[in-house]
Amino acid sequence: MTRFVLGRVTMMLASLLVASIVIFLVLEVLPGDPAAFMLGLNSSAEALQALREQLGLNQPVLARYGAWLSGMVRGDFGISYTYRVPVAGLIADRLWVSLPLAIYALTLSTLIAIPVGLLAAANRNGAVDLGAMGLAQIGIALPNFWFAMLLVLVFSVGLRWFSSGGFPGWEDPGAAMAALTLPAIALALPQASILARIMRSSLIDALEEDYVRTARAKGLTRTQALIRHALRNALIPVITIMGLQFSFLLAGAIIIENVFYLPGLGRLAFQAISARDLIVVRSVVMILVFAVIVVTFLVDIAYALVDPRLRQGRP
Amino acid sequence: MSLLTLDHAGLTIDDHRILDGVSLSVAQGEVLGLVGESGSGKSLTALSILNLLPRGARLSGRIDFDGTALSALSEREMTRRRGAEIGMIFQEPMTALNPLMTIGDQVAETIRIHKGWGRGRALRSAGDILAQVGLPSEKVSPSRYPHELSGGQRQRVGIAMAVALGPKLLIADEPTTALDVTTQAQILALLAELTKTLDMALLLITHDLGIVSSMADRVAVLHAGRVVETGPTGAVLAAPRQAYTRQLLAATLHRPQRIARAGSDVLLSVEHVVRDYALPRRGLFAPPQSVRAVDDVSFVIRRGESVGLVGESGSGKSSLARAIVGLDRPQAGRVRMGAVEIGPAGGGTTAILRDMQMVFQDPYGSFNPRHRVDRLVAEPLHLLGRDRPGADERSRRVAAALEAVGISPRMADRYIHEFSGGQRQRIALARALIVEPELIVLDEAVSALDVSIRAQILDLLADISNTRGVALLFIAHDLHVVRAITDRVLVMKDGRIVEEGETGDVLSRPRHPYTQALVAATPTLARAAGGEAG
Repeated sequence: MTRFVLGRVTMMLASLLVASIVIFLVLEVLPGDPAAFMLGLNSSAEALQALREQLGLNQPVLARYGAWLSGMVRGDFGISYTYRVPVAGLIADRLWVSLPLAIYALTLSTLIAIPVGLLAAANRNGAVDLGAMGLAQIGIALPNFWFAMLLVLVFSVGLRWFSSGGFPGWEDPGAAMAALTLPAIALALPQASILARIMRSSLIDALEEDYVRTARAKGLTRTQALIRHALRNALIPVITIMGLQFSFLLAGAIIIENVFYLPGLGRLAFQAISARDLIVVRSVVMILVFAVIVVTFLVDIAYALVDPRLRQGRP
Repeated sequence: MSLLTLDHAGLTIDDHRILDGVSLSVAQGEVLGLVGESGSGKSLTALSILNLLPRGARLSGRIDFDGTALSALSEREMTRRRGAEIGMIFQEPMTALNPLMTIGDQVAETIRIHKGWGRGRALRSAGDILAQVGLPSEKVSPSRYPHELSGGQRQRVGIAMAVALGPKLLIADEPTTALDVTTQAQILALLAELTKTLDMALLLITHDLGIVSSMADRVAVLHAGRVVETGPTGAVLAAPRQAYTRQLLAATLHRPQRIARAGSDVLLSVEHVVRDYALPRRGLFAPPQSVRAVDDVSFVIRRGESVGLVGESGSGKSSLARAIVGLDRPQAGRVRMGAVEIGPAGGGTTAILRDMQMVFQDPYGSFNPRHRVDRLVAEPLHLLGRDRPGADERSRRVAAALEAVGISPRMADRYIHEFSGGQRQRIALARALIVEPELIVLDEAVSALDVSIRAQILDLLADISNTRGVALLFIAHDLHVVRAITDRVLVMKDGRIVEEGETGDVLSRPRHPYTQALVAATPTLARAAGGEAG
């Protein structure tokens, strides 16, 4: 197991390095002059020159890459061109909204999906199954911004349980969690619907396996065989989807962030792209790549915890 | 008094009649062999006893076990008997165990479910049982997972789970069909020993009359959902009363009429062939590793000769076959067909492949299910290159090839799923024959077939070899079949050929210890049937 984890860590670091090279090349080296791109067509020659100085564009490519990389390792992502503040702080603020929101939404979605999938599979083609899968179909089909607005109408405007938007900061964790609750529900609904369907079909496949029949021949009831034998075997595809969903939730929550006026990563990226602030764009992309690679690593570790066959063999 | 009685047990699944009044009984401590071909309802008889039937199943008649009518029990009461009073072992040791649970936990589970013991206590007891079935903890730790065990060891775990609580009845459904002959002999010996020491009755379900004759006190023959004959094993096998039993026995002992007609000129020569397979690297920077599947193998096949290649799974038989037909390149050595070389230097040219065709074990998996039979059979014709026949000639040759294997050419526009297993293997042979090859390599080509179908396919092969003078390389693990169809046999172990000679000589007077073990492990009908084993 230690071997396996070490192998995975090596792979993770290698992927990060490759990703940083690709991002650097795409945004800085390939298409013309980043300074000209950031300032637009009608910029003066002095302004361009000043920005080039600031960006360090007059240095060789390798030196610039080295400076960028070593800066990132020390937590220095450079100064935002539009905001005129360190990018690291900018991203950290947004991450404190987006990361808890993604974890919140994924937790909700898992807490809903696993029991629903389990019940549906246990009562295959029964009323519970048909009802749950019908709801899941609707959950996938509903646009989440529409659902988010519905939540605002019911719980903020109507019942006044939650505020309709904005984020108060983490000084009061209770208020912060309350502010994230409606967005998390809006994000969780489609994810839970997908996850429940995967859980159900994966369980149904597992229930057809020979070892479930063996378990029944040992004297386990249907439910015992389902929980003790089928469930763990059915988790592998569920974990895969959860990993993909987490990466998506971190960066793809932009619509929901807009509906609820949340200062999240998605909005930051959107604003930075509109303002042609390449320094922020580059850093946000790097952070997201980092998150995806770390999640992939965690998913691999989770596989190995679930399935002993994956603990040895390939690194 | 009998322990288990089935009285006119009937079973329908979605209104299809599967069992049609099965009546049989097993006495305490008795071994009853239940034989039949695939589709006869053997496995579903077993599952009916445990009431572990698929959806849509309806049972009728009476099943009595140890004085209670099982059919009248509630599901709750039934779970108390499964695993505790009736244990069951299944055919596929590879899939019958939960891959995510240690073997100790899986055996302990039977005990925990029924006795309510804690995990530690149940695990200690499970360790004792595993030792009893031949897996002592110093050799195979109970903390291992199923994928770390061989097929035979997994089947021992399956047996341990089934006998953990000393059931009165053990049901074994084809427990050794997926295993090699030597492993099969060990597992059968274990089952025989356990029935004695635990005073269990054994309901042994099998298609193999050889196993029945060596294991069972009594035999029941199942055909199309009915028990057609039942009685003491010796009496039934020596003097079967029913036509179906006679037919089954004849098919098992069947030897096709083959005229040995090996010429003197060499058709295929295999010289010092080595085949290595790469293993996954152990680390990112670890050196590449490989396993030697075929280790310096040399032999020849003469024109018109039939050569058997026997050995257990993992001995390298299939790897050798793949190297011969040019599907894989050997790392060293060479394969020559006539004067042309297929080895590392030559590469398989179409001209050679035309002379050499292959038939695989799984007749369904080796066909594209979306092509019609005429297209499937005509496929090798592209090997003829410029001599490829036109449309008329093509359909004429397809028709001729199908006729040669006993399939009506009118069926050429059907899809492969519309045919039975035996018919599919005939079509596979037609596909091989259409280019009029000089050598057909058959890799376990009759292993998946029922005995009566197998007898027909063997007849067909003998006929093809007699009339066309095609040489056969017949790869099999079943010595009966090899004895029936080959002139010469090669015995393969760990990638090497350990013995070679006339089939009759080798199998009746094996010299190498491995061949001796192989012959000794093969169940025969000799004692019971009183004739020569097939």
